[in-house]
Amino acid sequence: MPKRKDIHKILIIGSGPIVIGQGCEFDYSGTQGCKALKQQGYKVVLVNSNPATIMTDPEVADKTYIEPITPEIIEMIIAKEKPDSLLPTLGGQTGLNAAVALAERGILKKYGVRMIGADLKTIKKAEERDLFKQTIIDCGLEVPKSGYAHSWEEAKKVVEEIGFPAIIRPSYTLGGTGGNVAYNLDEYKKYIDWGLSLSPNKQVLVEESVIGWKEYELEVMRDKKDNVVIVCSIENLDPMGIHTGDSVTVAPAQTLTDKEYQIMRDASLKIIRAIGVETGGSNIQFAVNPADGKLYVIEMNPRVSRSSALASKATGFPIAKIASLLAVGMTLDEIPNDITKKTPACFEPTIDYCVVKWPRFTFEKFPKTNPNLTVQMKSVGEAMAIGRTFKEAFQKAIRSLEIDRYSLDNKYIDASLSKTQLRDKLRLFCWDKLWYVAEAIRRGFSTEELFDLTKIDPWFLDNIKDIIKFEDKIKKKAAKSKALSKDELQKAKELGFSDKYLANLFGVPENDFRLNRIEQGVKAVYKMVDTCGAEFEATTPYLYSTYEKECEANPTTRKKIIILGGGPNRIGQGIEFDYCCVHAAFALKEIGIESIMVNCNPETVSTDYDTSDRLYFEPLTFEDVMSIVEKEKPDGVIVQFGGQTPLKLAVPLEKAGVKIIGTSPDSIDLAEDRKRFNALVKKLKFRQPDSGTAYNYEQTLKIANKLGYPLLVRPSFVLGGRAMRVVYDELELKNCFAEAMEVSGEHPILIDQFLGEATEMDVDAICDGKHVVIGGLMEHIEEAGVHSGDSACSLPPVTISKKVLKQVIEQTKKLAMELKVRGLINIQFAIKNDEVFILEVNPRASRTIPFVSKSIGVPLAKLAAKIMAGMTLEELNFTKEVEISHYCVKEAVFPFLKFPGIDTILGPEMLSTGEVMGISDDFGRAYAKSQIATSNTLPESGKVFFSIKDSDKPRAVEVAKSLYGMGFKIMATKGTCIEFIKNNIPSEFVLKVYEGRPNIVDNIINKDIDLIINTAIGKQSILDSFSIRRSALDRQVPYVTTIRGAVAVAKAIEAVKGHKLKVKPIQAYYKKGNKK
Amino acid sequence: MKAILLLEDGTVFEGKSFGAKGYKCGEVVFNTSMAGYQEILTDPSYHEQIITMAYPLIGNYGTNKQDWESKKNFVSGFIVKENCNYPSNWRNQQSLSDYLKENNIVGLEGIDTRALVKHIRTLGAMRGIISSDEFNIKTLKQKLDEYPGLVGRDIVKNVTSKKPYKWDKGVIDVLENKELKPEKKYKVVALDFGIKQNILRLLRSHGCEVLVVPAKTSAADILAKKPDGVFLSNGPGDPAPVDYAVDNVRKLLGKVPIFGICLGHQILSLALGAKTYKLKFGHRGANHPVMNLRTGQIEITSQNHGFCVDMDSLAHKDVELTHLNLNDKTNEGLFSKKLKAFSVQYHPEASPGPHDSNYLFNDFIKLMKKA
Repeated sequence: MPKRKDIHKILIIGSGPIVIGQGCEFDYSGTQGCKALKQQGYKVVLVNSNPATIMTDPEVADKTYIEPITPEIIEMIIAKEKPDSLLPTLGGQTGLNAAVALAERGILKKYGVRMIGADLKTIKKAEERDLFKQTIIDCGLEVPKSGYAHSWEEAKKVVEEIGFPAIIRPSYTLGGTGGNVAYNLDEYKKYIDWGLSLSPNKQVLVEESVIGWKEYELEVMRDKKDNVVIVCSIENLDPMGIHTGDSVTVAPAQTLTDKEYQIMRDASLKIIRAIGVETGGSNIQFAVNPADGKLYVIEMNPRVSRSSALASKATGFPIAKIASLLAVGMTLDEIPNDITKKTPACFEPTIDYCVVKWPRFTFEKFPKTNPNLTVQMKSVGEAMAIGRTFKEAFQKAIRSLEIDRYSLDNKYIDASLSKTQLRDKLRLFCWDKLWYVAEAIRRGFSTEELFDLTKIDPWFLDNIKDIIKFEDKIKKKAAKSKALSKDELQKAKELGFSDKYLANLFGVPENDFRLNRIEQGVKAVYKMVDTCGAEFEATTPYLYSTYEKECEANPTTRKKIIILGGGPNRIGQGIEFDYCCVHAAFALKEIGIESIMVNCNPETVSTDYDTSDRLYFEPLTFEDVMSIVEKEKPDGVIVQFGGQTPLKLAVPLEKAGVKIIGTSPDSIDLAEDRKRFNALVKKLKFRQPDSGTAYNYEQTLKIANKLGYPLLVRPSFVLGGRAMRVVYDELELKNCFAEAMEVSGEHPILIDQFLGEATEMDVDAICDGKHVVIGGLMEHIEEAGVHSGDSACSLPPVTISKKVLKQVIEQTKKLAMELKVRGLINIQFAIKNDEVFILEVNPRASRTIPFVSKSIGVPLAKLAAKIMAGMTLEELNFTKEVEISHYCVKEAVFPFLKFPGIDTILGPEMLSTGEVMGISDDFGRAYAKSQIATSNTLPESGKVFFSIKDSDKPRAVEVAKSLYGMGFKIMATKGTCIEFIKNNIPSEFVLKVYEGRPNIVDNIINKDIDLIINTAIGKQSILDSFSIRRSALDRQVPYVTTIRGAVAVAKAIEAVKGHKLKVKPIQAYYKKGNKK
Repeated sequence: MKAILLLEDGTVFEGKSFGAKGYKCGEVVFNTSMAGYQEILTDPSYHEQIITMAYPLIGNYGTNKQDWESKKNFVSGFIVKENCNYPSNWRNQQSLSDYLKENNIVGLEGIDTRALVKHIRTLGAMRGIISSDEFNIKTLKQKLDEYPGLVGRDIVKNVTSKKPYKWDKGVIDVLENKELKPEKKYKVVALDFGIKQNILRLLRSHGCEVLVVPAKTSAADILAKKPDGVFLSNGPGDPAPVDYAVDNVRKLLGKVPIFGICLGHQILSLALGAKTYKLKFGHRGANHPVMNLRTGQIEITSQNHGFCVDMDSLAHKDVELTHLNLNDKTNEGLFSKKLKAFSVQYHPEASPGPHDSNYLFNDFIKLMKKA
């Protein structure tokens, strides 16, 4: 069936900011969708609040609205754009929920917009548990016993039937937020209450536990003619009970016979038809009892998902692209297979390798939360590895994670555990369980016992046993100081052992080991991901390494540049850097240079085989990158775009003779090395906070005494403010020292004088060695001391004087020239009493590059890549700053809701997972939009509660005055209240939590508060006010935890009060900007 | 323990031996199914073939008696990247290597199977010898030179049953362990060219009383059984030399409804006057898209054939081409309304592979019902 002619303009809703459970996989799918539909000649209107996405680049859709994803805002967009169709399945749960809201409120009907791909009925059938359950039963299939509860009374009844352990799943939440397992009534009560409060429709599902069963997923596609194919099967290594996003997973399914697999396939076909997904992809999850094969249907997502992104990368079958084409009426047989070109997309990919996906956690950022894994997702990213065997892929996946682990070595865990302690560890679903499994194997645990303890299928356990057996062989050789024979070396590499670990076992430097290995003829070869198990010739160079005979890399003789990606997403290094890498690939393509991407993150656009000329799906370690460099012999390697990951490789790569293009590793070092950098700043006569570097506590203390408190303590060479702390006294200093030292590794820790009450600025600029052009000047909303990644910011600045801005620009330009930057540079400044201090210089792509690029309408990363390849700013026609007349506000999004019990207060360690952008003609409205986009929608009336630290009180008075003037009722704790009354602001007094009852938390729970402004300092005060912030978060009451944030909030409320917000596509902003 | 594969073009792959000791010649082919190795090993259509599995990890779930497709093994050798000696599955009864040992099949593991698959894809299926006890290339080459290959040889005679027998087993639901055996309504004579048992099970589960007869059973003998329909089974090798079957089928045409699968399809086509030819490397896998030309629907099919019906040679016959392979646009099925005969090149009985084409058994029932 050819594409539909009755469709002209399609609205696509993106997934918004990156949060746990909804990562950049939706940028990958959304970008594919927009591109595919545009190519077919449809007009595409996109709404997404996340500026750090490729999909919101102005070329990707016809009209791009970087606006909050709410029904109200989308209605305005629909009214303006009049799309005839809405494709709701590309934007994750956010996109789907928004589409449901639009349909249910009658907005779609009002404007004559129809849903394509999946309609409201279908979405409801898949998402609403009782409808889903009935549909599955009607298919002759089974689901775990379950029941709905809307109250504690109902919940009690349900659990009587189901029994413990019981799984609690709040309805309509992302990534299983609020999902829990209860083993007793006390726990059950707690989780039900929490779940009910989290669910947008106050509904939780209580489900029979199938913890310990095997978990499978099938990716299914259906077209208008009812052709259905399975794209990929996925088997979870971790059993049921751990969210699939937090599980190590493997493709294809490994331990099912064809008979059993076909039962699952038949079930999937029945389900997608019964649910009624008319066209597109769905993900269906199954649980299988390992004892008798009994099959339960667990869940179905009637949209593209994290798993579909994984399946696309694992097979080379672009699910989102094809789903989009199917949505407009094309059929599978009409769409060619991109990889083979000659065969159609209506087939089931078959693969001849094994894929392992491993989640990436950041529990180190949230030491107070329970790090064990449950049915609610907690990981922030993932790495995927491809190998010819499970063992190879498994070990490659470990080093792809970039958690400084290169093997299953027991040095990474507490190896002194007793057998009993080890058993306890194995019973828990801890994130690093597989290292304990390896240790248990070393200690002789049988596969049966390990299976009993972990419920990991024996097939996986025995595979790990093979690895450990060989490790033992190597260790014995090493103990006798004997080298490995060529065959042993080959075998070790086939099993996936990293050079780093092997070298370590033999006590030699990694590069020496590597060179010796190559000399012996043990070298990586590259095989293709071709969708068909080599049955047809593939034309798309999508490659992975293995240790076998034949190499299929066939490098070209073209001029070529390798781009090193950012690896798995984590807090501090996420989609922003992938955005930059993708732009580098596009830029090189534009100037006729072959782009070669190296990355191991399956969620990203960079690992789409379409993005670069050649794709190596490989870990970003020295060994793996060197192998590619030696095979490809590139003209240069770009390390500045992928964040800290490739940057760390710059020096070792350069030492190994690799040409790093752009800013030299020496300049990078100059900026990062405290001593060298201080000398440079001194030479330029600029100012920076006094500081020192230390390798031990004695030195640290000495510096502290010299500089005086407060101090900022941090490790060097880290991103995202890892282990960064502001300390106010010696005790705090002592407490944070050890962690900073550990994170810093061989590098010293940095101790800076902390500039309290200063305004922070971020500047991004681009330099070709002759000229420097400022990309954007950003003023942070929150004060210095809050990590720049966590702080909201405004472009252009709002409160900083022209004189200071001039200084900032001048200093930026001088520093860029002095550091011989070729490409991007990011500088953080602190402004205190109109004096400019340099906090940090990063001669590389920064986290704010996509935000700045979207704000000014210039693709900075693309330009920078071209400069690295030898072009000049003049040639690129970018020699003058872009002046804009609108305001862009970036706001951070936090994962606090996923981690019960942690504080929401901001500090120097970055905790946010994503960002949104608010854009408008004035600051207040832009800020208001940014707040709406983070679900912190500001009230226009009602009660505001204040609890303010002393130093903030003068400004709090201003804020309170302003809000009171707008008709808000003011409530405050004692000290703050007195201050307000002194200043003639009528204010109601509320008790703090420890002062008795009813107190502020009671007020919050009783929904008596509409906005919370709470700032605190010092351990005790922060502890005392913790429950205020936490209950605000859990009850979704808008809150601010900094006084500058409060000032911005007051401005925003003033700007929107009584005025309807307006929407405008970014393309329109740019037109205006260019004219100026 | 070494094992090697020598191809007729002189290429040698050296790896580890598993399964039985010995050597054997055959045509070297590859299969891209990721699961279902047990069904493949016991499919008589693989007679005189050395099978290379494109998926690298084989043996993961062991073997069990339920999933056999025939009582005996006919393959000449089995090649995998990594054989699993610690199978894990609730139905597992025996590891793959033990199974191969017991059934005297020589296995080769640890070679670059992808390189071998690409070699065959590029140069075509070729003769080879697999050996785990003789490694002298010259000796092996001699033995290989003596092996005639498949073209022009009738090897159906090696795999067909010697005597007629009744079949009365239905499809088993492996989860419930229930057998589907409805009341018998139609009498079907199945000509055994190397029949897979799942075809028999499906016939039985569709309400057929099944009598399996040797490949050379004459048309007269078949008609004497007064069948409601005749089934032409799958089987190994080149269809052209199985001329006796072609003659018999020609005599049956129009007298009784006929349904053919794979070799049965080729034999029916030959009986209708078509020609067959050898494909470069065949279709062997469980993911081939086939379009049903009547409905426009696509079926994901299980395939295993090295020869193919020449569509042009059917052009002026009174037959409808019903199915088309979308990968290489080769013929996958035909129907003669007048003669009440139809057949498909692929395997609607699956085992291994998807069940999308199961409906063809219903079609057979309908055809018999009408007649």
